[in-house]
Amino acid sequence: MSDAITHEAHHHGPPTGAKRWLYSTNHKDIGTMYLIFALVMLFLGGAMAMVIRAELWMPGLQLVEPDFFNNLVTNHALIMVFAVVMPAGVGLANWMIPLMIGAPDMAMPRMNNMSFWLLPPAAILLVLSMIVPFFGGGQTVNTGWTLYPPLSVQSGMGMDFLIFTIHVLGVSSIMGSINIITTIVNMRAPGMTWMKMPIFVWSWFFTALLLIVIMPVFAGGVTMLLFDRHFGTSFFDAAGGGDPVLFQHIFWFFGHPEVYVLLLPSIGVLGMIIPTFARKPLFGYKSLVYGMAVLYGLGLIVWAHHQYTIGMSIETTTYFMIGTILISIPVGLMIFNFIFTLWKGSITFETPMLFSLAIILMFSFAGTTGVMLAVVPADLQYHDTYFVVAHFHYALIPGSLFGLYAAVFFWLPKWTGHMYNERLGKIFFWWTTIGFNLTFFPQHFSGLAGMPRRIVDYNMIFTEFNVMSSVGAFTFGLSHLLFLYIIIKTVKGGEKAADKPWDGASIGYSGLEWTVPSPPPFHTFEEAPQVK
Amino acid sequence: MSIEVESEHTQTLGHRKTIKWLLVIAVGMFGFGFAMVPLYNLLCSVTGWNSIGTNSAQATVREISREIDLDRTVVVTFDGTINAGLPWEFKPMVRKLEVTPGKSYEANFYVKNYSDREIVGQAIPGVTPWQGTEHFHKTECFCFTQQTLAAGESRMMPLRFTVDADLPKDIKLLTLSYTLMDTDRSALKANAGLAKN
Repeated sequence: MSDAITHEAHHHGPPTGAKRWLYSTNHKDIGTMYLIFALVMLFLGGAMAMVIRAELWMPGLQLVEPDFFNNLVTNHALIMVFAVVMPAGVGLANWMIPLMIGAPDMAMPRMNNMSFWLLPPAAILLVLSMIVPFFGGGQTVNTGWTLYPPLSVQSGMGMDFLIFTIHVLGVSSIMGSINIITTIVNMRAPGMTWMKMPIFVWSWFFTALLLIVIMPVFAGGVTMLLFDRHFGTSFFDAAGGGDPVLFQHIFWFFGHPEVYVLLLPSIGVLGMIIPTFARKPLFGYKSLVYGMAVLYGLGLIVWAHHQYTIGMSIETTTYFMIGTILISIPVGLMIFNFIFTLWKGSITFETPMLFSLAIILMFSFAGTTGVMLAVVPADLQYHDTYFVVAHFHYALIPGSLFGLYAAVFFWLPKWTGHMYNERLGKIFFWWTTIGFNLTFFPQHFSGLAGMPRRIVDYNMIFTEFNVMSSVGAFTFGLSHLLFLYIIIKTVKGGEKAADKPWDGASIGYSGLEWTVPSPPPFHTFEEAPQVK
Repeated sequence: MSIEVESEHTQTLGHRKTIKWLLVIAVGMFGFGFAMVPLYNLLCSVTGWNSIGTNSAQATVREISREIDLDRTVVVTFDGTINAGLPWEFKPMVRKLEVTPGKSYEANFYVKNYSDREIVGQAIPGVTPWQGTEHFHKTECFCFTQQTLAAGESRMMPLRFTVDADLPKDIKLLTLSYTLMDTDRSALKANAGLAKN
């Protein structure tokens, strides 16, 4: 009897009004909310970057106080990492993983709802952490996103808000990861064996597994920070027998794998897009999966390459240097997989493909500067300069943000049922790529010449490079208004998209997501499909 | 229909098993974060890599090898730093000593509390290069205990040390650096607007 009722309930459409979103347990709706949240936060974090670049337009102090500047640097990073790239990645996972493996929904739909609805409170806490210093909350959080003590122990009340932000975000992403892994392990359609899974699903399997391992460690680290601040403990206080360097180890034990949390979903996206537009199966599927596994393992044991200057022994730094350089092997392997997929393919250059090709080029560039930074004697000079800033923006903007853009253009027709405007998409691609390179390429030079990061003022000799960077940043920032326009326009209407809008899609894998209509009905795969 | 119910049931069981394992990993890693505190201290004191513990330890005269190496001298330089926010003056009375490995030497540090209240300070030593740490023995040091200075009080603080003859030959210069810290962090908190009156 009860079975019959639930069966019936499954077939009506989505509930209407605010309840649809607040109470939603539907993976597509929750995926959409994740993506919208990330887009909103992208504009917030981007606005902060614009203020930073406006201040750095000229040497000297123009717009903001030094402490507030450092607060902007901190929050720009935290927002981009935790509130843009990670939620957007989870949004893609929510939307696509059940469709790709032929599951009716995520394994735990209610938990899915909760892990999304923890994000807005976290965002509010983060904004509060910025605001309280203006209302007598003491010093701003001016530590940078690494939150190193002793400075973070001395910051004002904003730091406590930030610690709670991290706790809430941590709980949210751990729950999201548990959900994703459980879905992948238990809810694959009959015949969908592990080695038949689309590469995007594999990439999220490793990402989620990585998050479960590292987020709790970070949560523990900031909890110790909270205790040091308010409960008289001395985890990181040398006067009481602790060691501030310990926090750096805890932070980077989390922080380095976090880079792969940001990167891997985009690698998965590239693994879907490049075969589609090269019209060839993915080259070396197995090696790509194993490569991600190796990256997972190596990523966890090389954290201290962020800390070469703390005075480690020669043996220790050598170990971390070799480990770090070894990482270029699995990453290089992934790049070769994509290049060989392109080899002799029948390539067309739609917007997602343009982004993918740009990612291969620009991310390889970040890999090269990464090897430079991994070398201890060289890093001692590059440490905390704009060279590092340039390096990780080349890694993270192409490596994760452009991957997300590519994914949005690739799957937008599937999500909305409308084709986006290809011409506008291409304009957006060129606009944003040129803006990005103009922003960050000159920073390699100012960094090598010795310009330190996280400082509001700089020597006159760096003015030209910084003017270039700022012009590039405003160009890059403005291009996102076009991005927003394209998305809104596509959601509202446009050319009707076919079930399989890309003729090269589903080459070399099951392609279950292309068998459902565009846009997919509210409930899909209630009867599990059979994968051959 | 019964088959359907059964398969749903086994699926829930499968979910439970996976979730259980993932939760165990998550909770275990939270614990690992805290376990890093003793692990780190243990690793550092065993290897002497980054050893606040080793640096601050008191050596008894008996432990130090009596061997005296008359063939060479080592320059020891002293450095005193005040950690942010502590209203004290702190400086070594001699900047530099030329020492013979194996012999015992004395150096004094001057400290004065400029504030109008009593403050408890703690000096944290560090030896550079770090390879010299295990050969630098402090038999008497103001860093072994906390230093309480009343308002306006000044004091000469003694240090007695021996650099042993096993010090690697390529080390010709050792720097002993102290950072003096406010154990209460009250000045820092006042600075940050966090003071609890």
